[in-house]
Amino acid sequence: MSAIAERKDADLPLPEFTPLERAIINRLQYGLPLTRTPYKDVANELGVSETTLLQHLKALLDNGTLTRFGPMFHAGEMGGGLTLAAMRIPQQDFVRVTEQVNSFPEVAHNYRREHELNMWFVLATETPEGIAETIERIESLTGYPVYNMPKEQEFHVHLHFEV
Amino acid sequence: MSTSTLKSEPLSAEDRQLILATQSGLPLVPDPWAELGEQLDMPADEVLSRFQQMQQSGVIRRVAAVPDHYRLGYRFNGMTVWDVRDNDIAMLGERVGCLPFVSHCYQRPRHLPYWSYNLFAMVHGTSRDEVEHKAGLIREVLGGACSGHTILYSSAILKKTGLRLRKQADKQ
Repeated sequence: MSAIAERKDADLPLPEFTPLERAIINRLQYGLPLTRTPYKDVANELGVSETTLLQHLKALLDNGTLTRFGPMFHAGEMGGGLTLAAMRIPQQDFVRVTEQVNSFPEVAHNYRREHELNMWFVLATETPEGIAETIERIESLTGYPVYNMPKEQEFHVHLHFEV
Repeated sequence: MSTSTLKSEPLSAEDRQLILATQSGLPLVPDPWAELGEQLDMPADEVLSRFQQMQQSGVIRRVAAVPDHYRLGYRFNGMTVWDVRDNDIAMLGERVGCLPFVSHCYQRPRHLPYWSYNLFAMVHGTSRDEVEHKAGLIREVLGGACSGHTILYSSAILKKTGLRLRKQADKQ
């Protein structure tokens, strides 16, 4: 019934990108320079016109290759709360609980994973106290416990996918 | 990027407005700062300098493209989790985090009896074999300090919107 729960690794065709698409995807994951003319500066680096860059960027967003282009917030630095949480949801309740959990704007990402703890999501709240409150609301709405796994130490964040 | 634990001021009203205006995306026009300035009645130069300051202070990591890693061919997203001796985790976590194929590496609490793993290292690959090979390299780094591990593959993205602020109106 729900498309969200049906997305499997094998469902998507292998990606084929033009050299320019590859260059844009790789370059823009590192971040736009915060200059007066940011797109023009990146376009110059890549040897294309600003219009071409913007057209390709729009197309990559429209076809879902990129999920977003914009500021990546660091919730901890905004004075808010951030955590990873997991739940153990029986198969027959999975779709219902997915919809309930996803309905919280505090849930930024949610992944199904192959484990007894089979639902893993990131919670971001505007205040540190918001985490505990949100977890309580999720528990009472879904009827299942939430295991809170806030980071105690961060060793490295290096998120870049070369294509 | 770093083990930053800077404690921040609450956001100013102007910065908050800028975040709300861009959290679903930066305008794709030659002068995004002017476009935002027009929406928010703020000079373009102020918009730009606020973004620069937020990046400097770490409120935003960067202004960047977020790919759907499945569509880039990284079909296998393995959250490798490890039960590491508490006394060794600081030193070993640092070494695991430096491996080039580890995108995120964190220490997190155990939840016994369901969850005995305290070190999380995210590994992406184009095949399950590739992820398992990389997990084997992490195993070598951890050596005798590790008493168990597993790999949790994601089988579906259920939601991916990125971090969002609630609009004031959404609050109860």
